[in-house]
Amino acid sequence: MGRYVIRRLLQMIPVFVGSTFLIFVMVYALGDPVAALFGERAPDPATAAQIRRDLYLDHPLWQQYTHYMAQIFQGNFGTAFTGQPVLELMGSAWPLTIRLTIVAIIVEAVIGVILGIITGLRRGRSVDTGVLVLTLIVVSIPTFVSGYVLQFLFGVKWGVVNPSVSPAASFDELALPGVVLALVSLAYVTRLTRTSIAENTRADYVRTAVAKGLPRRRVILRHLLRNSLIPVVTFIGTDIGALMGGAIVTERIFNIHGVGYQLYQGILRQNSPTVVGFVTILVIVFLVANLLVDLLYAVLDPRIRYA
Amino acid sequence: MDTLLDVRDLHVEFRTRDGVAKAVNGVNYSVNAGETLAVLGESGSGKSVTAQAIMGILDSPPGHITRGRIFFQGADVLSLHREARRVLRGARMAMIFQDALSALNPVLSVGDQLGEMFVVHRGLSRRDARARAVELMDRVRIPAARQRVGDYPHQFSGGMRQRIMIAMAMALEPDLIIADEPTTALDVTVQAQVMELLAELQREMRMGLILITHDLGVVADVADKIAVMYAGRIVETAPVHQIYQRPAHPYTKGLLDSIPRLDQKGQELYAIKGLPPSLLRIPPGCPFHPRCPMAQEVCRTDEPPLYEVGPKRGSACHFWKETLGG
Ligand SMILES: Nc1ncnc2c1ncn2[C@@H]1O[C@H](COP(=O)(O)OP(=O)(O)O)[C@@H](O)[C@H]1O
Ligand code: SF4
Ligand SMILES: [Mg+2]
Repeated sequence: MGRYVIRRLLQMIPVFVGSTFLIFVMVYALGDPVAALFGERAPDPATAAQIRRDLYLDHPLWQQYTHYMAQIFQGNFGTAFTGQPVLELMGSAWPLTIRLTIVAIIVEAVIGVILGIITGLRRGRSVDTGVLVLTLIVVSIPTFVSGYVLQFLFGVKWGVVNPSVSPAASFDELALPGVVLALVSLAYVTRLTRTSIAENTRADYVRTAVAKGLPRRRVILRHLLRNSLIPVVTFIGTDIGALMGGAIVTERIFNIHGVGYQLYQGILRQNSPTVVGFVTILVIVFLVANLLVDLLYAVLDPRIRYA
Repeated sequence: MDTLLDVRDLHVEFRTRDGVAKAVNGVNYSVNAGETLAVLGESGSGKSVTAQAIMGILDSPPGHITRGRIFFQGADVLSLHREARRVLRGARMAMIFQDALSALNPVLSVGDQLGEMFVVHRGLSRRDARARAVELMDRVRIPAARQRVGDYPHQFSGGMRQRIMIAMAMALEPDLIIADEPTTALDVTVQAQVMELLAELQREMRMGLILITHDLGVVADVADKIAVMYAGRIVETAPVHQIYQRPAHPYTKGLLDSIPRLDQKGQELYAIKGLPPSLLRIPPGCPFHPRCPMAQEVCRTDEPPLYEVGPKRGSACHFWKETLGG
């Protein structure tokens, strides 16, 4: 197991370098970061040259990249367009996004699995068909539509929640944004659980469990569910990174100054240190989440052995 | 002797998209305490479905019991309430499945799966249940039981896994065990050992045993009586030795002739020609008539009842006398 983890960590390096370099290239292809820094005003040529030197912009791209990465690993993420260090932005943005993601994960896992169990056990009945149609609708509506609609309904029309999240962004304020962020994944989790349950209800070991005289609850929770949740857990794990990246839309709708919001601002103002910095951390989150999922897989399914 | 199990006129059908498959069509058999009944027949003849109906583990839907009764220790189990039925399962009647690898839960340790019997039916603590699981594993002669109790099914060999299945069925010393082709999935060398273990435990605990198999070779040593099934019906039933010496049904004769015998080495094996009928369209008259070497006109139109052909012997053939004689 230990050797497997080390090997996986080593394998992450090229993936990390490849993906961050790609982002680096794309961001720098966006335009002249120095010009962007000055906005409407024309920069003083001497100052511009100074900044260019500081940012390594007078070097070839790969050297810029290595310089940038070296800076990052020393904890220096550069400065944002506001003049604030990017690290400071991260300090305020990440906790918000992490909290939002936690709410979304809980929503998609709990509701998705429960709906999946119910529909999986009652295949072909009206509950099943109803939920199935609902998931289809949810999947086909883009987040920015469902987000604005729910915000309008709950926040404006019925006034049950605040339409805009306060800077403190407590967990109960994040409930509605969390649901919006989770919605599409929730539909997937429901369907995945349903399929998995439906497949496993016919499994021999479930019949054995019934033949042992176990109560129905125990057959379902201990025998059927344990096996059926393996693919679901895998999906939810890999979804962590996707949710954080996807929060860009949700955060804008509810005015949450999280990672998505900062990324959006960074792109809008062509501020490369912000964009590359945040994306680099996102890449790391992605990679680590995937590794954790693989390790969790081995815990859930003893037939999987990593060496 | 006490009648432990009495199956009377059992009918089971599966209502599927392709139509109604009549899997069991009027099965009658009984098992006494301590007795072994071997149920024989080609695959698809309804042996497992009958067993599932007895255990109450039929896939339903699509499976439905449409007629008949099942008495277990005098009680009509089909009329029992669901919970009363559940309490019987595992504790008073238990089942051993063919393929232990798929029949055991892949993600739970064998200790958990064995111990669960005591936790659920006897209210033991997890700790005590685990101790009992080790005892059971010892009892079915799994080496190093204490060390292996936390292992998972895939970590055992096929023979050892089937021993665990047997241990699980025997855990609460039930009165009836149904073993559904317990050795079919095993290597030939291991088959005899597992069969021996099963027979030994059955003798010790004086359990009734229904041994489902399509291998006549296995039966001779362990069974007291035999029921031969064809297209969901019992076509012949007899004490074990009589059937080997003088079968009273052409189908049984065909099965017996298919056993490879040492003294006939080199000779071509007689196998029954043709295939079992589709359960969606069972032929009228005697269901065996399209494949029967002795079939006459009457076989195409009249279904033979189970004729009494001797003490404790029955044959569902119009020409049982001729069959016995030839
Ligand atoms: N779950 C099921 N769904 C539909 N049909 C079934 C099911 N189980 C059994 N059957 C039908 O019952 C027939 C008899 O099956 P079975 O009792 O398993 O035969 P065997 O004698 O080999 O044990 C099968 O050929 C099939 O047509
Ligand atoms: S009744 Fe006729 S067809 Fe059926 S087994 Fe006897 S001889 Fe053969
Ligand atoms: Mg079978």
